[in-house]
Amino acid sequence: MALLRYESQVRAPLVEDNKDYHQVTVDICRPVEARPTRLWWVGFSVSVLLLCFGIVSVTMEVIYGVGQWNLNKTVGWGWDITNFVWWIGIGHAGTLISAILLLFRQGWRTGVNRAAEAMTIFAVICAGQFPIWHMGRVWLAFFVLPYPNTRGVLWPNFNSALLWDVFAISTYFTVSLLFWYSGLLPDLATLRDRAKLKWRKFFYGVASFGWTGSTKTWQRFETLALILAGLSTPLVLSVHTIVSFDFATSVVPGWHTTIFPPYFVAGAVFSGFAMVQTLLVVTRKVLALEEYITVEHIDVMNKIIVLTGSIVGIAYLSELFVSWYSANPYESFAFAQNRVNLSSPYGWSYYIMMGCNVLSPQIFWIRKMRRNLLVTFFMSILVNIGMWFERFVIIVTSVYRDYLPSAWSTYYRPSIWEVGFYLGTFGLFFTCYFLFAKFFPVVAVAEIKHILKRSGENYKAKMDVVEHESMEEFADKHLHDHGA
Amino acid sequence: MAIKKFVVGCFDDEAVLFPAVKKVRRAGYKIHEVYTPFPIHGLDKAMGLKDTDLDTAGFIYGIMGTATALGFISWIFTYDWPLNIGGKPHFSLPAWIPITFELTVLFSAVGMTLTFCYLCQMAPFVKKDHFNLRSTDDLFVMALEITEKTNEAEAVAFLQSVGAMDVKVDRKETKWWLGRYDKETKIFGMRETETAV
Repeated sequence: MALLRYESQVRAPLVEDNKDYHQVTVDICRPVEARPTRLWWVGFSVSVLLLCFGIVSVTMEVIYGVGQWNLNKTVGWGWDITNFVWWIGIGHAGTLISAILLLFRQGWRTGVNRAAEAMTIFAVICAGQFPIWHMGRVWLAFFVLPYPNTRGVLWPNFNSALLWDVFAISTYFTVSLLFWYSGLLPDLATLRDRAKLKWRKFFYGVASFGWTGSTKTWQRFETLALILAGLSTPLVLSVHTIVSFDFATSVVPGWHTTIFPPYFVAGAVFSGFAMVQTLLVVTRKVLALEEYITVEHIDVMNKIIVLTGSIVGIAYLSELFVSWYSANPYESFAFAQNRVNLSSPYGWSYYIMMGCNVLSPQIFWIRKMRRNLLVTFFMSILVNIGMWFERFVIIVTSVYRDYLPSAWSTYYRPSIWEVGFYLGTFGLFFTCYFLFAKFFPVVAVAEIKHILKRSGENYKAKMDVVEHESMEEFADKHLHDHGA
Repeated sequence: MAIKKFVVGCFDDEAVLFPAVKKVRRAGYKIHEVYTPFPIHGLDKAMGLKDTDLDTAGFIYGIMGTATALGFISWIFTYDWPLNIGGKPHFSLPAWIPITFELTVLFSAVGMTLTFCYLCQMAPFVKKDHFNLRSTDDLFVMALEITEKTNEAEAVAFLQSVGAMDVKVDRKETKWWLGRYDKETKIFGMRETETAV
């Protein structure tokens, strides 16, 4: 057993302070079992207000048509598709943390995976709104599904990247939801068994599906989690790859680039981790979970931000290089004139993107900055702004001055309803997140207990003895106890 | 459905639980179940449980998804409604890879989750007995089944000797029933039959 539990002292503890199993339960369930604080009510109300604004904006669009948005002849995709790609990208960090880090056996994921997975689901819900409402006659949205119909049985075009997107996003949402909810079952059972109030017993009783925590259930549960992680890993890569195909399979200069799939996936993880930081820096403070979502977690995620930010930076530079090297006049115009040229109508957006995404994250090479919460919070906002502008740059600057110079004069700026729709998805996202933080454990209770004796501060300290043993002593003591 | 009699012991440390499971099995007692607040690796092996075949099921569901997507799209695009898209071949497999992949993942994930719920007999409004409410918090609870042959007092003493605390004899329903956790009443045709003494 000692051998199984051993983890090097070089790694910082993942659970700080003197905790035992019961203390973990109490700490994480406390925000769920307590009455909502005033801060919660304020945040929740603001979110609901924003959501209402979004509903009004969408209603305007449905009543009067997509003409309510300031899209024009060449800029047929504006804010809405920018927002779609942005939200989808944000979702990717959740799956990365829950699936890819599970496969890589990264213990630190346990502190942050639950909140990140929830973020994924809400972000995908928000993302899905944009293509759906962009259809204009949204009541015919089901036309994208391949079902036997009376239109001569006219099927959707399975060779189209947009249809691939329909399948990718809906599969991604379904699998993420299953993964998240199956992981929640044991923790909901914990809440159910602790419940004193009648409605809690009822609610968590229904929600926990009659979970008992028997060994056989756990055995199947672990297999399920592992295979779902294995499925989610290529899935999450495929989703943003397919989103990038929406652009890459076109013939628009600035879009038809073969590096789009990896470039988009790196960007997605980059912005997603920034959003995780934004949420968790606040959540850990407000819900007093600093001992579970430690500075160590923040530090590790900032390392991923600087890595993916730099990958994105290399992608930007490759694009520039190839546009020059290809010697294609349209390609080089799209980059040299529409983007890099600061005095062009949208030149400013390119520099916001470069500044926020490539330059600013470089601050995280410094350990002190990675562990500074204020800097982290500020940077996470900056990265999200930068990543929004990346999509804006790709979408708008590629099409606003297209092959036909007579169409160039129209400058695209969003209408109030386009902006309102975007703000509305923030409302939707944060409404969901506030409800989640109130009714569900924000940290995976069972998973924290699982790593507690290996990575908890008070248990790690006991490993000092093992650390100082010689190889012979260590082998002599522990090699014969076969895990028991 | 049947109500059976169990000797139930609690452990507060998995390091005590592991040797206890081995000793109990060696002594010939039948472990009904061990309830733990989190997964304990190797406990299923120690208890002599078989590996689960859930992963195989997931593979089969995945293959079904692949077959569905490829079969359906090729039927549509080569037979039912062949579209001429720039003179390209009707059977354009590379363009179908994304949807085929997505459906493979979708079928596998949904199928596996439903199978998981079926195997573990879990659904909303399903209620089960699990002896001690703290087994979802910080206790590891072992339940030994008592039959006519078992000496009750001996079993209790034995469980105490291997490190269990708070050992007692309990009657519990072994299967699930439809119910709510805020109400005690059992509904839907529960037969109160007892198999053992």
